Amino acid sequence: MSDAKDYDDIPGTYVYDSRRGREGYALNMFCMSLNKAENRALFKADPGAYLDRYKLTLEQRRAVLERDWLGMLKVGGNIYYTIKIAFCDGLTFQDVAGMMSGVSKETYVNMMLAGGRSVEGNRYKPIPPGEEP
Amino acid sequence: MARIVAGIACSHVPAIGVAIDKGTTETDYWRPLFAGYEPAREWLAKLAPDVAIIVYNDHASALSLEIIPTFLIGVAAEFPIADEGFGPRPVPAVRGHPDLAWHLAESLILDEFDMTIANEMPVDHGLTVPLSVTCGRPAIWPFPVIPVCVNVVQYPPPTGVRCFKLGQAIARAVERFDQDLRVVIYGTGGMSHQLQGERAGLINRRFDTAFLDGLTRDPVALTKIPHTEYMREAGSEGVELVMWHVMRGALRTQVTEVYRHYHVPASNTAAALMILENEGSS
Repeated sequence: MSDAKDYDDIPGTYVYDSRRGREGYALNMFCMSLNKAENRALFKADPGAYLDRYKLTLEQRRAVLERDWLGMLKVGGNIYYTIKIAFCDGLTFQDVAGMMSGVSKETYVNMMLAGGRSVEGNRYKPIPPGEEP
Repeated sequence: MARIVAGIACSHVPAIGVAIDKGTTETDYWRPLFAGYEPAREWLAKLAPDVAIIVYNDHASALSLEIIPTFLIGVAAEFPIADEGFGPRPVPAVRGHPDLAWHLAESLILDEFDMTIANEMPVDHGLTVPLSVTCGRPAIWPFPVIPVCVNVVQYPPPTGVRCFKLGQAIARAVERFDQDLRVVIYGTGGMSHQLQGERAGLINRRFDTAFLDGLTRDPVALTKIPHTEYMREAGSEGVELVMWHVMRGALRTQVTEVYRHYHVPASNTAAALMILENEGSS
């Protein structure tokens, strides 16, 4: 992670760039396999055995088995791929979005009905104390 | 001679497709969104185009990380409906237009746009939701469709400028086609939304409104928006708006905005539908 990007200071956002693409390839290709109904059935029946087919890191494997949606993004998961695990569980994009942002389903739904999360105060990560210009 | 008569900008939220397929469009949650689609359906039925070019992104359906084409054109006679992880949408398969699609593929490549050509490809909600939004639930889709996929999943997507130029090249190619066809072009995706991370649910109505205004009046200035600005201001998935520049580039400089609908929320997303007509050509 040597090359800093001008989007690295956007808070709560995991841009699927070359860095994450290299880290998350196997994880995301596992998710891709869930486009097939027979694979969904196999994964549901024995998640651990199904994951053995893919070269996941221990942390990627843990995140999948524990349904740590945010954790998956941190180890290279791409939301368009990891959402397929959620579909397998009968969850929606909105359910997962609520969980990733750390609020209850009701709180998240109400936030969206009220116009969504404001961009005000959410453009930049806070500057750590002592590093202010 | 074929010609492009109008452009349609349309968000392609999967939940909109689910609402249509499950018949829940009249609930309190969905009614305001779907009511705003009605005038567009009437307009499109009256226009009765011969073919539609739909610019969209595949969401890990036909295309995975295995091979990532930046621009792709589908030349098949028929495109089946993709299983995106919860079974295919119960909508008709999408008819293609191989004659025009192959003409576009050859013309675009010789015009220096290095298209990937797809002979077989299932299509996902990115294409079928805008079709459902604008055509309802017909037994067969009212016109054939040429899918044009833009990568927006693996960063970086093509720039807004490049997308606009692709649209211009599409318009040039359409005008060189020797059948008398009236063509509409869809730009899909957007508007502001973020599906991932702690910042999920971000919406920026001010950005979206300015984008819609600019699309009609000053589209070239709009193409200069850098990817980081889309992600910061309109959410990480708001960068899908680059696909609207393909549609706008395919239209003339002077267009008439004949319809606009904007609604928050559609699940996690600000959904819009806008219709632009090439002046005097419909």
